[in-house]
Parts: sequence; structure tokens; C-alpha cells
Amino acid sequence: MSGIVADAPSHLIAAPILLPLLSAALMLLGGARWRRWKATLNVASCVVGAGICTSLLVAVDAAAAPAVGVYLPSNWPAPFGIVLVLDRLSALMLVLTAFIGLTSLLFALSRWQRAGVHFHSLFQLQLMGLNGAFLTGDLFNLFVFFEVMLVASYGLLLHGSGERRVHAGLHYIAVNLLASSLFLIGAAMLYGVTGTLNLADMARKLVEIPSADRGLLHVGVGILGIAFVAKAAVWPLNFWLLPAYTAASPPAAALFAVMTKVGFYAVLRIWTLFFPSGNSDNFLFGADALIWIGLATLAFGTIGVWGAQRLDRLVAFSLIVSSGTLLAAAGFDVPALTGGALYYLLGSTVAASALFLLIELLERSRLLADDPALVEIPREGAPFMEPPGLPLDANLDDDERALIGRAVPAALVFLSVAFACCALVTAGLPPFSGFLAKVVMLTALLNPGSLGRESAAAGLAAWSLLTLLIVSGLASMIAAVRLGIRYLWAPAGRPAPMLRLIECIPVAILVTLCVGLLIGASPVLHFTQAAAETLLEPQRYIEAVMSARPVMPPTGGNAAP
Amino acid sequence: MEVIVSIAIGVLGGSGVWLLLRPRTFQVLLGLSLLSYAVNLFIFAMGSLSIRAEPIIVAGRPADLLHYTDPMPQALVLTAIVIGFATTALFLVILLALRGLSGTDHVDGRDEEAR
Repeated sequence: MSGIVADAPSHLIAAPILLPLLSAALMLLGGARWRRWKATLNVASCVVGAGICTSLLVAVDAAAAPAVGVYLPSNWPAPFGIVLVLDRLSALMLVLTAFIGLTSLLFALSRWQRAGVHFHSLFQLQLMGLNGAFLTGDLFNLFVFFEVMLVASYGLLLHGSGERRVHAGLHYIAVNLLASSLFLIGAAMLYGVTGTLNLADMARKLVEIPSADRGLLHVGVGILGIAFVAKAAVWPLNFWLLPAYTAASPPAAALFAVMTKVGFYAVLRIWTLFFPSGNSDNFLFGADALIWIGLATLAFGTIGVWGAQRLDRLVAFSLIVSSGTLLAAAGFDVPALTGGALYYLLGSTVAASALFLLIELLERSRLLADDPALVEIPREGAPFMEPPGLPLDANLDDDERALIGRAVPAALVFLSVAFACCALVTAGLPPFSGFLAKVVMLTALLNPGSLGRESAAAGLAAWSLLTLLIVSGLASMIAAVRLGIRYLWAPAGRPAPMLRLIECIPVAILVTLCVGLLIGASPVLHFTQAAAETLLEPQRYIEAVMSARPVMPPTGGNAAP
Repeated sequence: MEVIVSIAIGVLGGSGVWLLLRPRTFQVLLGLSLLSYAVNLFIFAMGSLSIRAEPIIVAGRPADLLHYTDPMPQALVLTAIVIGFATTALFLVILLALRGLSGTDHVDGRDEEAR
């Protein structure tokens, strides 16, 4: 038994769910006048949550062999009660969510929190849903946390109101309700086949399923998979993403950057548990489908990135690119490749989140030149603040004054450096983490583990992924350079954007994280490799969950009847 | 009974999908509701259909699914109904908001070349 499984620290596993729930409930009590108080509570909750998630990550990494922490919230043994399971992958996702949540919130403090009454509660509920989805070890519980996350995201998407958001929200909700129906059908079928909802128990029972029921099992998992990949924004189920993410307010969009990764996480979790490499009957069911769907998504995203003429579209498409890359990499079921993909996930999510925040700051300098009133920061109240209009064909540059001798404003330098860092991470160019992640993934693809496989199809898939990875990097570099010139260089005669400190800090934190991922590449990569290896040995996960015993009451009676 | 239930699920699901693909927001809402009814019935049916069987164990009867009905899908359906109800209500609000903002009940917020 490792320290985290043993006793006191194990209660911490429930904290990433309980803490946001508690603070969301507290914040619901206060009305609009309590905004300052709610903001303080929200920031405090995010900071404490980030601390807890980091300590969980450290603890799970230091833990002995199984490195799986199990918590029984209802104190019933595994197949009967709900379980929360913490392994390296979930700890990694928790930390990523916590930091992106914190930075999005800090950014929202400057003005977006004023655009609606319940922003802070919705924000915490969204974090709760995300954390719960990463921690739960129960299929139906996963559905519930998905719904918590989605319902909060509907609210956050509509935050700030305006026709564009309502319009995008309608489509987004309809698509997600449909995906939830599919989730329920898949979960019910799996329950019908295995008679359990606990993921570990289900994985254990899959081997005993008679071959007559195997078709039913595969259909159930397939339907479940469709629900997951729809949330991961996989082609052709990703047409909701672009309008929704570009219409959302920047802090909400920055948080949503994590949400597509939840779909990927669920796919990775279910597939590695249910269809491990060793199991001959179920050997990697659907792995080819995952690879090819991922490749199609990657190709779709690459074309979209290539053609993007606006920054928000570029970032939205780059999220689709990263979803495609991750799914395709997960389909190969090679530890080194999955480890590289997880490292890629960190960098690409942080960069996308930072870019979503940067969009507003960059757009502000464009708008300032046209109509300063548009960007005036509302002091108090503005319940239905329209999003700042975005003139597509704003007059870019008319007056040609000599550039010599004019100092570049500090704000512009900050924006340029931040933009360049994020663009390099997204495109996967040296020196940033995107490049390292691609090197790791390409190495894993080129070594005999996957490319030298006997079947020709796997070889073709591996070569396609390799090509697409490189082409997508080129495409996003072209698009980033084009937009960088348009946003940062072309408008020479414009007044420098007015940035508040509270808006710069979150962007700076995210850029620092990108640099940190580069400097700390070795430990992070070791961690993601270990996470991938844990995933590919599902026996550890299953044993840890099934052997978790309820806590006996001090009087000595039975804990559960 | 199995046939009747499956036909009911099929009809509900089919009409739900058809309505979901219609251009008016209210039709989409009804489609989503019908679809969620179909899904709820489906989950319920997964716990094996039985008449006059109860989910609570009585003394003297062997505790297996031949003598009782499975309580688990019933609990799941309850949760699914609540969640589906809440999200459908939310959808209704968005529907009305879009109607108010765009002046039309088309899902794309515009009728042909109206705008």
C-alpha cells in the first residue's frame, strides 16, 4: 500500500470535486452586489484546488508500484459503491485543469465577470464537472459529471449574451444533448452485457462474456465511443466547435480548451481498460477506427488552420488538430507514443488557452483605432453587454509614417512575445514543448514497435500520421505568421493597446508554463511515459479498485451491511 | 411484451431523430424530448422486463433476477430523467432567447435571405 492509498491523504482525492461544489454553492447565495466577495472566494478556491491537485500529482508519482489511489466516497466496496480513482493520467489532467481554470479566472476578473450574475458559480461548477470526470471510476458517474460539466459550459458559453452566443449555444446544446443520449444508450448496453457500471469490474468481466454477447458489447462500446469523440470534436462530429468557441467570451473559451480533452481522456481510459493488448478476444477493438478518425480530424483541422483568416478561428482549428493528433496517437497503443501524446496535450492545451486570452487583447488594439468607445471597460453592471463588434474588414493601415526613432510600446512587446511563444508551441517548432512532443511521437512512430508491424494497414496509418503531423505544423506556422503580421506588424500607426495588469498576469503565467514545459521536459516526459505505461497495464488499475476495502467504524462493527 | 417495448422505443426514437433534423427550433426541442424518452425506456428495458416483480428483497424468496426485477436501471433512469429534464428546460430558454433576438424560429436564426 502506498502512502496515498493508506489513510489520511486518500481523502484528498475527493477534494477536487468537493471544493468547487462547496464554493459554487456558497457563491450562489450572494447576488450581484457580492461580486467582489465572490471573486475573492473563487480565486481562493482555484488556488487551493491547484495546490491540492499538484500535491495529488506529486503523491501519485511518488507512490509505490500500482500508483493508483482509490477512494470510496460511500464507503461501500468497489463494484457496489461509487469509486474515485486517481492514477497518473487523471492527476495530470487535474493539474492541467486547475492551472487553466486559475488563469482563465484571473483574466475574467478584469471585466468579463461583470457581464453576468452567476459567472463565478458556473465557473466552479464547470471545474467540478471536469475534475469529477477525470477522477471517477464508474461509467454512470462519468455520465453525471459530463452533464455537470456540460450544463455549466452552456451557461459559460452564453455568458455575456448577444445574438451570436445564443445562436452558437443553441447548436452546441442540441449536439451535446444528442451525444448525451448516445452516452446513455452505450452505458445501458454495457450494463446489460456485463451487469456492472464500475469500470474496473466491467473490464474484469469482459473476458468472461460469451461470444454470443460480444457483438452487443462492441456495439455498446462503439456507441459510447461516438459520444466521447463528439465531445473531443472529432471530424465529422465537430461542426459545433467553431461557432461555439469563437463566440464564447475569452475566459470561457480558454477554459473550454480543456473540455475537448475530456473526450480524449474518456476514450483513452475506456479503451485501455477494456481492450488491452494482451487480451486476444478483444484485442484492440476499434483501434483502427480511432486511428483513422483521428487522422481525418487531423487533416480537417490542418486545412482549417491553413485557411484561418482570424485568430479565433485559428485557435479553434488548432484545438481540432490537437484532438485528432491525440486520438490517432492513442489508437496505436504504444506506450512511448501515448506518453509523447500526453506531453503534447499539455503544451497544446496551455498554448490554445493562452491564445484565446490573447485574442481579446489583440482585438482591442485593432478596435481602439476604429472606435475607442467600443472597448471602454464598463465600470459596474452591464448585464447584457454585447460582445465587442469585430469588424472583419477593419481598415488595417492607412498612414505610412516613418518607423525610425519610435519606441515600441511595452504592451505591444508583451503581446508579440506571448503570441510568438504560443504560436511556436502550437505549430511544434523548436525550441518549445510542441517541437519536443512531436519529436517524441515521431520517434515512437518510426521505431519498430509500430512501423515495423506485420500488417500493412498499421504501417500506412503510421506513415499518414507522421506526414500529417509535419504538415499540420507547417500549416499552423503559415497561418500564425500571416495573422501575426496582420495583428502585430501591419497596424503601425495605431495607439498601443491598453492592457491591465490583471489581464497580463494570466497570459504571462500560461507562457511561463509553456517555457516550464520546455525546461522541465525531462521530468514531465518521464511522468507522461510512466502514465502511459500504467494505462497499458490495466491489471494494476483493476486490482487496485477491486481490492479497496471500506473503512471500518471505530466501534468495530461492519461498515456496510 | 418485449416486442411492444421495442416498437415503442423504435417509434419514439425514429420520430425524435426526424424532428431533430427539422429546421424549426420547437421541432428540435420536441425531437430531443422524444429521443430522451426513447433512451429512458431503453435503459429501463436493459434491466430485463418483468411483470409483478419488485426490486426489494423479501425474506423467503431466493435473491436472484428470476424472482426480482433489477433495481439498478430504475435508479439510472431516474437520474437520466432529471438531467434530461433540466437540460431540455435550458434548451427551451435558449430557444426563446434566440426567437427574441433574431425574430425567427429557424435553427440558424434566419429564414432564407430574411436578414
